[in-house]
Amino acid sequence: MTDSVGNGGGVLLVMGCPEVPVQNAIATYLGNAFRKSGERVIVAGNPSVIQLIRAADPEGYYLSEFVNLDKAVAEIAEKKRSAKTTVVFAHNDAGISYAATLRHLLPETRLVAIVFGRDAEELAETIAFPCEKIVEKAVHNPVPLVRKIREVLGWDV
Amino acid sequence: MGCIDQLPYEVIQSGTTFKEARDYIEKNIHEVYHVDPGFRIFDGYIIGVPPIAIGLEGDTVYFPYTKPCHGTFLLKVENREEADRLRKLKLIRRK
Repeated sequence: MTDSVGNGGGVLLVMGCPEVPVQNAIATYLGNAFRKSGERVIVAGNPSVIQLIRAADPEGYYLSEFVNLDKAVAEIAEKKRSAKTTVVFAHNDAGISYAATLRHLLPETRLVAIVFGRDAEELAETIAFPCEKIVEKAVHNPVPLVRKIREVLGWDV
Repeated sequence: MGCIDQLPYEVIQSGTTFKEARDYIEKNIHEVYHVDPGFRIFDGYIIGVPPIAIGLEGDTVYFPYTKPCHGTFLLKVENREEADRLRKLKLIRRK
């Protein structure tokens, strides 16, 4: 049975390593914005990422549904999970690998790669597969990234 | 990739990139196949940018293993059952 997140597919946030501070802030921001537009949001991440978000949002006001990253990939590969929109956080080579994997496994999804951190521009140049890229050298300050996200996701209209 | 920690693996490269892992397999392993992301190997699914190289030498399987915080590891695991399974898939051999 397919678990399509949300109405019409929903949103899957694929989290990278939580070592860069802006990631959790942006995930929470996206959780709020997608929730307001009526989308169900599921966060896929390693245990540290999930614990960080749960600690910051204990009532699950912004993000309340979580799945282990390995489990999410397995379910997607086995066609048990899909998403209308998939947002992948990438601040290292592994993040790009996850984005490429999601592109391949979910060809119909709207794939958005948020490429951030000190090497954002160089990293973004390694993306040779179709996706929407949001690139910003953000490490501590999420504001420039939020601006670009609003623009790309059409929330400034 | 679920149960990789329970396999008797040997780390060939650690903290590397998907491209370096592919280059290593293509240069150093005799029997090489290209697979897509999400290809099942042991009990997990390979993460990476296509084409992803996996290698076989006898009963030993070489493959990349990616974690969000630690990058890509190139692992080798001696396992006749998995090596046989992979050969039976009739993947296109690259080398």
